[in-house]
Amino acid sequence: MNHLPLIIKREYLTKVRNKSFIIMTFLSPLIMIALIAVVAYLSQLNNDKKRTITVLDESGFLKDVFQNTENTTYNNLEDFNLEEAVKLVKETNDYGLLYVAKVDSIEEVSKSIKFYSEETPSLTVISGIEGKIEKFLRDKKLQQDGVTIAQIEAAKTNVDIAQESFDGQKSSKLDNIIKLAFGGVAGYLLFMFIIIYGNMIMRSVIEEKTSRIIEVIISSVKPIQLMMGKIIGTSLAGVTQFAIWVVLGGVLMIVVSTIFGIDLAQTSTPQQELMNQAMQAEGAQAMAENLLNGINNLPLLNLVIAFMFFFIGGYLLYSSLYAAIGAAVDNETDTQQFMLPILMPLILAVYVGVFTVIEDPHGTVSTVFSFIPFTSPVVMLMRIPFGVPIWQQGLSLLLLIGTFMFAVWFAAKIYRVGILMYGKKPTYKELFKWLKY
Amino acid sequence: MNDLLVADSVSKSFGSFKALNEVSIAVPKGSIFGLLGPNGAGKTTLIRIINQITMPDEGTVQLDGQPLKPEHIRDIGYLPEERGLYKSMKVGEQALYLAQLKGMSKSEAKSRLKYWFDKLDIGDWWNKKIQELSKGQAQKIQFVVTVLHRPKLLIFDEPFSGFDPINANLIKDEILQLRDEGATVIFSTHRMESVEELCDHIALIHKSNKILDGKLNDIKRQYRTNTFEVGLQSNNSEAVIAEIKNKFEVLPATFKNLNDDIKLNIKINEATSSNDLLSFLTSTAEVNHFVEVIPTANDIFIQTVKNN
Repeated sequence: MNHLPLIIKREYLTKVRNKSFIIMTFLSPLIMIALIAVVAYLSQLNNDKKRTITVLDESGFLKDVFQNTENTTYNNLEDFNLEEAVKLVKETNDYGLLYVAKVDSIEEVSKSIKFYSEETPSLTVISGIEGKIEKFLRDKKLQQDGVTIAQIEAAKTNVDIAQESFDGQKSSKLDNIIKLAFGGVAGYLLFMFIIIYGNMIMRSVIEEKTSRIIEVIISSVKPIQLMMGKIIGTSLAGVTQFAIWVVLGGVLMIVVSTIFGIDLAQTSTPQQELMNQAMQAEGAQAMAENLLNGINNLPLLNLVIAFMFFFIGGYLLYSSLYAAIGAAVDNETDTQQFMLPILMPLILAVYVGVFTVIEDPHGTVSTVFSFIPFTSPVVMLMRIPFGVPIWQQGLSLLLLIGTFMFAVWFAAKIYRVGILMYGKKPTYKELFKWLKY
Repeated sequence: MNDLLVADSVSKSFGSFKALNEVSIAVPKGSIFGLLGPNGAGKTTLIRIINQITMPDEGTVQLDGQPLKPEHIRDIGYLPEERGLYKSMKVGEQALYLAQLKGMSKSEAKSRLKYWFDKLDIGDWWNKKIQELSKGQAQKIQFVVTVLHRPKLLIFDEPFSGFDPINANLIKDEILQLRDEGATVIFSTHRMESVEELCDHIALIHKSNKILDGKLNDIKRQYRTNTFEVGLQSNNSEAVIAEIKNKFEVLPATFKNLNDDIKLNIKINEATSSNDLLSFLTSTAEVNHFVEVIPTANDIFIQTVKNN
């Protein structure tokens, strides 16, 4: 008797009709967008703040350095001593006082600069001032040695190494960024999916135990069927939710950015800075060309297929473990002790992915972790954009499926026994014993 | 084949704990079979083995002459002691789901459900969620779900707990009717008065062993003590009592009677017949109460468990 479709249907409908599920489905994108908008708004707010910095230059070397900009006004003091200047800055509530002590030669200026302020000044302000002074002093010193401004400008060179593989495929730094982005998104997506929906499966198993219906159900269907039904039904609900999030999030993003005129893309993250650097190095046209080229260079078909298999395989493996935990415990608080062993390989996979794969996608560490079933879905997905031989992918997938089958068998065992145990917090030793029942 | 269910020396251990030790029972077709025993005796384990929730370590179970197979779950309806339904699911939907898991088609399940809901007068609960019902109401639903697919074998674990007397009676009548329609019932309980009322066969399990089984009446006969409850009226009570005590073993008795003169439990030996006792009594005083003391299931239960 195959009840699988029936169980899947029930699990799916129960999840989808659940009030908190519906609310979260529609609220989460709103909250996310609101959060992004607030962050974007705040960072803009911060940048817009006008500052006045008082400059007391006793050396007289740095007179021409500070030109007022849109956000910063420099107020040059003359005929003041340091004490008076500090007092004045305190009274006027200026951002800070830049003080250059009296020195004899331009060589000593760099050592005699101090910044006084009420609070610790912001990093950007200080490094901005430092940059200005450094450039000014360098130019000045070069000029002293007889180099003209024109020569200095002419000496600035940009190097962009053109990359080409032995079989003639052109690539660029941008390629690596695209590959990284793809691998990162895939890995992160899987990670999120496992945590959110794995937990949901676990809770639904626990709910069956606490509502005591499990004995009725288990006298009608095999535990393995019930578990598969739960995993698949919950996953479908998860896919539904995810799809709604993506669509709704996209629409809201457009709406919000047009209404409030906040350019969300301007909010810079470290990744975007990396992108910006690459862009600057190449110029817009070359950049667009490289972007297309980069995407074309990706093993797209391989990626899509691998993504599907590794995503599903990894997700099933972890969710069967979540279901087993749910079957082993009585209530959600008891799940903690079993949670760590599940999360650890997952977190490890993400770390390996982020730190090792980027540096050396085909090194020993990356390769080994892309074969270990508990880390392979994340690590392999991050490696594939850099080109992984098909046999490696196949072997890794085979190992993953094998482990999944073992995990299902293992979980069903625990399920069968654990499901009927109430009021006892199981230990690992007991779990092991259950396997033999 | 007169036995629907035959368990043959079934053993089951959980780790070092032996939950069942070579227990054999035979449940005749069309009977109501009481599975009795103190808490933790192993009744639930045996029931779970019959339901194929757990497997026996040793021994076999046969249903209708065949070793238990996964298909047999269609033929069994099981009401566990730990009741439970999906709390946030609607009554009708849930009943349909559970019926389909037992192999019924959706339309068949629907029409059967309608019949039962009308019969128990709970039709307007269809769209309610379980959590909106009281405990007793939810148990009614569970009862319906258990019997809905017309199983050959019905297993009830404490079916009356949680019901008020009216509903308990209602359920009792339904169980009897199901039996009359051909179902065989295994009935596990601690409540001996319902055993007395319903069961025709019993098995008593204690500390993982079956210590007693058979027809309830046979067992009672086996446990009879040849004691008679007697109420007498006489003008000279003390002399009468002394005379009786002289001839028979007499125990104090309490029973309700309109006359309240002499109340005695009189035990006779094997050689004496009840007629002998009665004729002796009529010759000494006026007899207005004469009943053989039949051991109740409760007495048998306590006595057997204590002796083991």
